[in-house]
Amino acid sequence: MIHIEGHEGGKGDSGLRPRVDNGRCCWCALCVEVCPTGSLSLTKEYNFVSDDPNDFLWIPGVDNPEGKDKLSFTSGTDTSLNDFKRIPMPEMEGMERVKSFAEVVLGYNEEMAREEASRCISCGLCTEVCPEHMHIPEYINAIATGNDADALRIIYDNNPLPEMCGKVCTRRCEDVCAIATRGDSVAIRWLKRYATETAATSDLVYDIVNPEIRPANGKTVGIIGAGPSGLTAAYYLALRGYDVNIYEANAKAGGMTMYGIPKYRFPLDSLDKQIEYIEKIGVKINYNTKVGKDISFDKIYKENDAVFMGVGFPKAWTLGIDGEDAQGSMQAVNYLHMINAGEEVEIGDKVAVIGGGNVAIDAARVSARMGADVTILYRRRVEDMPADWEEIEGAEDEGINIVPQAIPIKVHKDKNGKVESVEYLMAEMVADDKGGRPKPVAIEGSNKILKVTAVMGAIGQQGDYSFLEDYSEKIKEERGRFVVNDMQQTTDPKVFAGGDAVNRTADAISAIADGFRAVKGIEEFLLGVK
Amino acid sequence: MREKATTLYLGPQHPGITGNMMVRLKVEGDTIVKATTEVGYLHRAFEKLQEKRNWLQSFTLMCRFCVPETDPMEESYARAVEAIEGREVPERAKYIRVMVLELARLASFMLWYGGQNGSLGLYTMGQWSVGDRNYILDLFEELTGGRIYHMYIWPGGVRRDLPKGFEQKVLKTMDYLEKRLDNFDDLMFNNAIFKKRTQGVGIVDKETAIEHGVVGAVLRGCGIKSDIRIDDPYEVYDKLDFEVPTAEGGDIWARALVRRQEARQSIRIVRQVIADMPGGPVYNKIPNPQKWTVPKGDAYVRTESVRGEIGLYVASDGGNKPRRVHLRGAAYVHGITLLEDVLKGANIADVSAIMNSLGTCPPEIER
Ligand SMILES: Cc1cc2nc3c(=O)[nH]c(=O)nc-3n(C[C@H](O)[C@H](O)[C@H](O)COP(=O)(O)OP(=O)(O)OC[C@H]3O[C@@H](n4cnc5c(N)ncnc54)[C@H](O)[C@@H]3O)c2cc1C
Repeated sequence: MIHIEGHEGGKGDSGLRPRVDNGRCCWCALCVEVCPTGSLSLTKEYNFVSDDPNDFLWIPGVDNPEGKDKLSFTSGTDTSLNDFKRIPMPEMEGMERVKSFAEVVLGYNEEMAREEASRCISCGLCTEVCPEHMHIPEYINAIATGNDADALRIIYDNNPLPEMCGKVCTRRCEDVCAIATRGDSVAIRWLKRYATETAATSDLVYDIVNPEIRPANGKTVGIIGAGPSGLTAAYYLALRGYDVNIYEANAKAGGMTMYGIPKYRFPLDSLDKQIEYIEKIGVKINYNTKVGKDISFDKIYKENDAVFMGVGFPKAWTLGIDGEDAQGSMQAVNYLHMINAGEEVEIGDKVAVIGGGNVAIDAARVSARMGADVTILYRRRVEDMPADWEEIEGAEDEGINIVPQAIPIKVHKDKNGKVESVEYLMAEMVADDKGGRPKPVAIEGSNKILKVTAVMGAIGQQGDYSFLEDYSEKIKEERGRFVVNDMQQTTDPKVFAGGDAVNRTADAISAIADGFRAVKGIEEFLLGVK
Repeated sequence: MREKATTLYLGPQHPGITGNMMVRLKVEGDTIVKATTEVGYLHRAFEKLQEKRNWLQSFTLMCRFCVPETDPMEESYARAVEAIEGREVPERAKYIRVMVLELARLASFMLWYGGQNGSLGLYTMGQWSVGDRNYILDLFEELTGGRIYHMYIWPGGVRRDLPKGFEQKVLKTMDYLEKRLDNFDDLMFNNAIFKKRTQGVGIVDKETAIEHGVVGAVLRGCGIKSDIRIDDPYEVYDKLDFEVPTAEGGDIWARALVRRQEARQSIRIVRQVIADMPGGPVYNKIPNPQKWTVPKGDAYVRTESVRGEIGLYVASDGGNKPRRVHLRGAAYVHGITLLEDVLKGANIADVSAIMNSLGTCPPEIER
């Protein structure tokens, strides 16, 4: 690959171009047949004779810009050797789903997994964009060749919660999949899921992964929060011989993946299996221990050689509109937390959810399962919704009504202080002169009233760092997130942080990546290991 | 008085062959007492390379085994892999394959016309026939992008369907070549020099032929009717109407007569496949080549080339590369053991003509 003068590239373009040794090419054009994007073709202009061997080294498109007009062998989706069609994932029917919290996605069987895995061309773009840089082509190849156990071992190499990711990952890997340029991306998430499901219990996972646990090195690490980031840091530290204690406020581990994500997407037994495995290798989790209440941060700080904070974003933003204090008006994350904790929540039979992200969709789909008729009110257009397209489709299949370009202005209460209706304005989309995405602007007088028995706000969460007490001076935050360096170290060298409280991507795999990086940071900090 | 014996080295370059090979000749006067073939100039280790390349990459090496007629090896490989895998080939692809194989035969005959005459110092023939061969190569270029190496017949079918109007172009070329074959007759078979130099020269009798395992036109030139296309038909040869010519005598002349008629039979076959060719797909797609594995097993297939029977053995251990590919071409026998035998007692001046007539093809011998 050669850098071309005056061609700096840009997003998706390294700026580099291949230089071909024409003298060695046999013109079989298999490159054309396997190029997933269809960008390779042969030209007719290949016959030339020269006494200079370097003449045979040329950069297509740069050394002969006219070549584009003289194409001979080109690629089409009908002749390409790539497999463009994804093996469809079996799922429960839409209206059947809302009757229970049973898992919607049914999983690939062995044959489907092998076939889907065999579509991968091992280009590795997925690894590049995965926050955790998982060894995706390698484990997919293992699945394709029938070595499921190898696949699982490769996966556990840098992700101790792969079944979670196999079910709910935001999978940026699939967005960049080379096959997706002209076809369906390889179902990377579902293949990971398949590999993890081949080991049905934590004992089996242990047997297959057969983790090498190093002897104790005498160092202790205190971890606050048993969310994905805390669990990841704990797992890899424990494998490296650290004595690891997690302090978790809740009765169960998993953080938002336990108390946020609904069970029809990520069932409890699947989470339990993964937590059991992590505990099996020596990670200690102190449940129902809220730092700042049941134990002080100071104590953890002083008794450990290093501290990792994976405390997430537990507090919801409120809508800030009139009547939000009504009975029956609540925050979607709180609602999901209570449902996931097995509590009863009174929502009635008509629910409005406000927001367009995954939390909004989750709250809506859970409400539908509770028997309510659900409407989502979202400020922008459906195509602007930050939620996963598969989630939006899932919600629509389940009969959830999405009202786009709707801006809530007031929650009306009845005489008992109970929610009666939401009032909202319709919005028009106005182009942003600064080149940003179009903005919704309320249309005067377009007021609409939606009768409801419950309203849920789902417009985002924020951190709660009150547990730090005096340490909040030393451990700096910026716009609600901890300031960390590239090994997740905060402004107090002994304290590391990761997950939603640090990164902006706010998903499980980024939290896992942070936890994994922090392990390296802690190793370097405590043992000087680079 | 006996003349003193000396040793002559013929080759590795000379007019009788395509590719490099040497024959060490022990002569007394201008009569050969003993001929020893010396190969080793062209070994490219294709078979070994194929064990290191995946199933699809391997296919691109097949055509290179024998330069004058490249398609039978591709077809053999495709058919062997399909046999191990149980992969179906669309009917249309089979017709196209036969069309390509017969065009390849014709192109190879054109080269032979030139080579056989050139080895006797009759150069006009080569200017005609090699010139006419280009019309076939033009067709190949349009169909496959390549003139000599086509890399077109691959496991599952062929790489692309015929371009628009291709059949008409082929038929036009066939009409032209058919007329040209009459011209060639005048220049070659009605030529006293050619007759004199080939009749009774380079004789392979029936017994010798059988003893050596001789195949193809050389076998048919001693009166034995044998052709894999009839004896063990593949693709759609069993649906086609054509003849297998033979001749008596086993000399260069007899073999030339056989080839002369075979060229006409190829034209007949091409016309038939174009007339009978069904529609439909031309390719039963293989999986993603990087992940493509062929089930454990092996296959031996036979194909009729212009030089005679080609046997190809392909074995898979279930992986994504061939475990073994082995080709046994006609030239392997004709160009070594048979040649050494036939050259005994021959005149030095006839060596090149005999080599050419036996279908000696060093790249196929060495692989
Ligand atoms: C409804 C919903 C749906 C989601 N869906 C997806 C999805 O589909 N895919 C995806 O990738 N991500 C999803 N996410 C985001 C994902 O769950 C989070 O990004 C991820 O869990 C963040 O991990 P974390 O380690 O930063 O913290 P969290 O998961 O937030 O965990 C923090 C943990 O720290 C504990 N904690 C906090 N403060 C204290 C304290 N003072 N003392 C003791 N313990 C404390 C909390 O109890 C909690 O267990 C979703 C989030 C929500 C809310």
